[in-house]
Amino acid sequence: MDNFIKRIFSKEPSSADQAKDRLRLVLINDRTDLSSEAMESLKDDLLDVLSRYIKIDPKSVQIDITQEGRQQRLIADIPIAGPVSRKY
Amino acid sequence: MSAKVLTITSGKGGVGKTTATANIGAALAKRGQKVACIDADIGLRNLDVVMGLENRIVYDLVDAVEGRCRLNQAMIKDKYIPGLYLIPSAQTRDKTAVSPSDMIRLCNGLRSDLDWILIDSPAGIERGFKNAIAPADEVLVITNPEVSAVRDADRIIGIVEAEEKGSPRLLLNRLDPEMVKQNNMLSADDVVDLLAIHLLGIIPEDKAVLISTNKGTPIALDEKSLAGQAYRNIAQRLLGEDVPLLDLDKGSGFFKRISSVFGSGEKQHG
Repeated sequence: MDNFIKRIFSKEPSSADQAKDRLRLVLINDRTDLSSEAMESLKDDLLDVLSRYIKIDPKSVQIDITQEGRQQRLIADIPIAGPVSRKY
Repeated sequence: MSAKVLTITSGKGGVGKTTATANIGAALAKRGQKVACIDADIGLRNLDVVMGLENRIVYDLVDAVEGRCRLNQAMIKDKYIPGLYLIPSAQTRDKTAVSPSDMIRLCNGLRSDLDWILIDSPAGIERGFKNAIAPADEVLVITNPEVSAVRDADRIIGIVEAEEKGSPRLLLNRLDPEMVKQNNMLSADDVVDLLAIHLLGIIPEDKAVLISTNKGTPIALDEKSLAGQAYRNIAQRLLGEDVPLLDLDKGSGFFKRISSVFGSGEKQHG
């Protein structure tokens, strides 16, 4: 009961939750051999290429690696703002 | 008979590979199976002391591989359980004394006379580990509910799958139900969720394990120990029986009942 009350009043997640969250990220990095910096530059490059063809708002783009069993997936959710205005 | 070769590995050292090998071997033999446990950690011999057979070694794994003895001369009979044997590792050689193909040849030479060959793998992902998984029909990965052990287990699972040994099954060792209940230890569900492989068994933290290891007797024969029960259940599952996992996670009524009956040292909170 003490623990229960302590958890309600403290903002810090339990140590088990911290362990799980930290491991989740570490395992994604280990399995893909992709550091978080490399992931950021992958996102930047991807947006660069996409914006040559379509208008996108970089702030609304979501690119993440998700886990399905032991399979890693790169999931990109990219709302299209409109066509790139071409000069004729 | 054609034995199934089961390799127990972990990545990280000290999570319980040797104890698990000795006890799964004991529990299988107790059920009438003929079992050889092979210590594949050359240069760091360990399985012999855990099984209490350190005074009976004449020939070892390297002697058998290099033809200085017949295979059955390297098999040491267990003191307690008929049908249980140990092939000890060499203490004065290193892991390069044996190759993966030597291990495959050795196991093929043993298969016809046994039901199970359990291989205790060394820690790490190098030659000794490669030797240990080369002859495996199935790999068991053992881990503790602890960040570094889980991370290394994930690495090992990746390598085992890349070697086309199929998806290994998981043993979760030294789970403390009380700490899980207080949210201070990863639960079995958490670990399975992270590693995404099938869970073969949970072995709870149990002081009786160290005490039995001190004496060189298997905890799997201790009817009063919960860890012993866990190993017996694992053996039954390996034999294809449908045995539910010990319900430990939530400090359930079952666990409290067991721990209070047998006084396994768990304090009850009021």
